[in-house]
Amino acid sequence: MLAIRETLTASRRAPLLSALGVVTIAFSLFAFGLFGLVAINIRTALEQVEQRVEVRGFLADGTAIESVSAAMKDIGEFPEVARVDYVSEEQALARARKEMGEFADVFEAGVLPASIEVHLRVGLRSPRVVKSVADRIRTYQFIDDVRYGEEWVEKLYRLRNIATIAGTGLGLAFATVAVIIIGATIRMAVLARAKEISIMRLVGATDMFVRLPFLIDGLVKGLLGGLLALLFTWFANRTINRYFLETVFFDPQLMFLGILAGALIGVLGSFVSVGRHLRSI
Amino acid sequence: MIRLHEVAKEYPRAGLALSHISFAVRKGEFVFLTGPSGSGKTTILKMLYMGERPSSGEVLVSGVSSRTAGGRQISQLRRRLGIVFQDFRLLEDRTAEANVRFALEVIGVPKSVIGAKVNRALTQVGLVSKATSYPRELSGGEQQRVAIARALVNDPFVLLADEPTGNLDERATRGVFQLLRDINASGTAVIMATHDLDLVRRSEYRTIELNHGRIVFDSAESAPSAQSAEGGGKAHMRTPTDW
Repeated sequence: MLAIRETLTASRRAPLLSALGVVTIAFSLFAFGLFGLVAINIRTALEQVEQRVEVRGFLADGTAIESVSAAMKDIGEFPEVARVDYVSEEQALARARKEMGEFADVFEAGVLPASIEVHLRVGLRSPRVVKSVADRIRTYQFIDDVRYGEEWVEKLYRLRNIATIAGTGLGLAFATVAVIIIGATIRMAVLARAKEISIMRLVGATDMFVRLPFLIDGLVKGLLGGLLALLFTWFANRTINRYFLETVFFDPQLMFLGILAGALIGVLGSFVSVGRHLRSI
Repeated sequence: MIRLHEVAKEYPRAGLALSHISFAVRKGEFVFLTGPSGSGKTTILKMLYMGERPSSGEVLVSGVSSRTAGGRQISQLRRRLGIVFQDFRLLEDRTAEANVRFALEVIGVPKSVIGAKVNRALTQVGLVSKATSYPRELSGGEQQRVAIARALVNDPFVLLADEPTGNLDERATRGVFQLLRDINASGTAVIMATHDLDLVRRSEYRTIELNHGRIVFDSAESAPSAQSAEGGGKAHMRTPTDW
C-alpha cells in the first residue's frame, strides 16, 4: 500500500516529469505503432494478392466431364491444394466479358476453353510449390495448357520476402529505439528520486521495497503511454482512411498486445533503471 | 559489538584507501574517527553499515559479517543502526516529522506505533515545536537534529555520524555534539568521523586517528603505556596530530 502511495505522491510532486514520461512513452510507442500499421497493411495487401495465386489448367475440346471430375478429385487431394473449381466455357466467357467492361463484345461464344482452377493453401504459394503443382497438372492428357503467371508469382514472392526482412529489421530498430527512450525516461524519474532511494536504503528498506514504487510507476506509465499511443495510431489511421487510402487497423488482440507491451516495457525499464541505480549507490 | 580485522580497501582507479585496519568498539562506547580529508574515515563508516565491502579482512557488526552478509541481512542490520551525514540528507519536500516518519514507514513499522516513536525522537532532539517545518525553514543545526532524530527513531545500538558538524557554525556544532553525548549517555554507542580537532581535544572520548588509510593512533591502545609513563589520569589522551 505504501508503495502505491509513494508512487502517487511522487507523481503529485513532479506532475510535469510524470506527464513527460507518459507522453515520451506514448510517442515512442506511437512511432512503433505507425510502423506496425504500415507493416500489417502491406501484409494484408500482399495476402490479398497472394490469394489470387492459382494454377489454371485449360481443358482440351471435348474432354468428358467424368474425366475432369476424376482429375479434380485427384488434384484436390494434393497436400498443397485448398480448392479446385471447374470453369465451363460459358462461365469463362461471362467472366471475361465482365472484366473487359466496354470491350466485352470482342469475345464470342466458344472462344474461351473450359478450365480447372486450382487454389493453393496459405503458405504453400511459393514459386517452387506453384511450379510443382502446375507440372503435375500438366501430366493429365486432357490438359492443353497450364498457366500460373510464373513471373509475377516469383516477383510477388520476392516482394514478400523483402517486406518480411525489411519489416523485421525496421520493427526491431523501432522497438529498440522505443525501449531506449522509455528506459531514459524512467531513468530520469529514478534520478529525480535518487536522494529518497539512498535514504530508503540507509534506513534498512529492502531492495524490493525500494523497487516496488518504481515498478508500479513504470507499469502505470507504460499502460497510459500504450493507451495514448493506440489512440494516436487510431487517429492517424482514421485520417489516412478518410483522405488517402483504405487501410486496415489492428485487431483487438493486437491492440491488447500493444498496450501490454507498453506496460511490460515500463516495468522492465524501471526494473533495469532502479537496479542500475541501486548498484551504483 | 563492532570489530574490524585487518581490513583493506582498494578501489580500481583510486588505489588503496585503507590498509591494516583493526579495532573493536564496545557497547555504549563513544569513538572519534579523526584524520585529514581522504584518510579513510568515511570509508570505514561505509563499511560499518555495509555500504562498502573490504577488499580483504573482515568487518563484523552485531554478528553480521562483511564476508557473508546478503542484501536482506544488510537491510536488517541497517534497521538497528543510525546514520547521520554532514549534508543532513533530508527530503526537502517533507516536513521534519515526515522525514523522521519516512524512516519507519519504509521498513514496515506498524502505523499505530509510528506516531509515538516519531514524537519521542523529535522530543529527544528538542524539535517537537518544529515538527511541521520543512527543511528549508530550519537552520543547519536544526536540520542536523532532524537527521539525528531520523537516525534515532528506530532505537539503534550504534549511531554512525560522518562529519555531523562539518556544515555547522560554532554554536550549532556545540549543540549537536552535546546531543550526541546525551545519546551516548543513554546507552547508544556513537562513532563519529570528524576533522574538528577542537572538538576531539575538548572531550575525553576514545580517538582513532587515520592517515593515508592507516590507523596512526588509537587512544585505547596507547592508554596503558601512556598511563604508566605519565602517571595515569587523562594523560593517555594524546593530542591528535595537527594535519
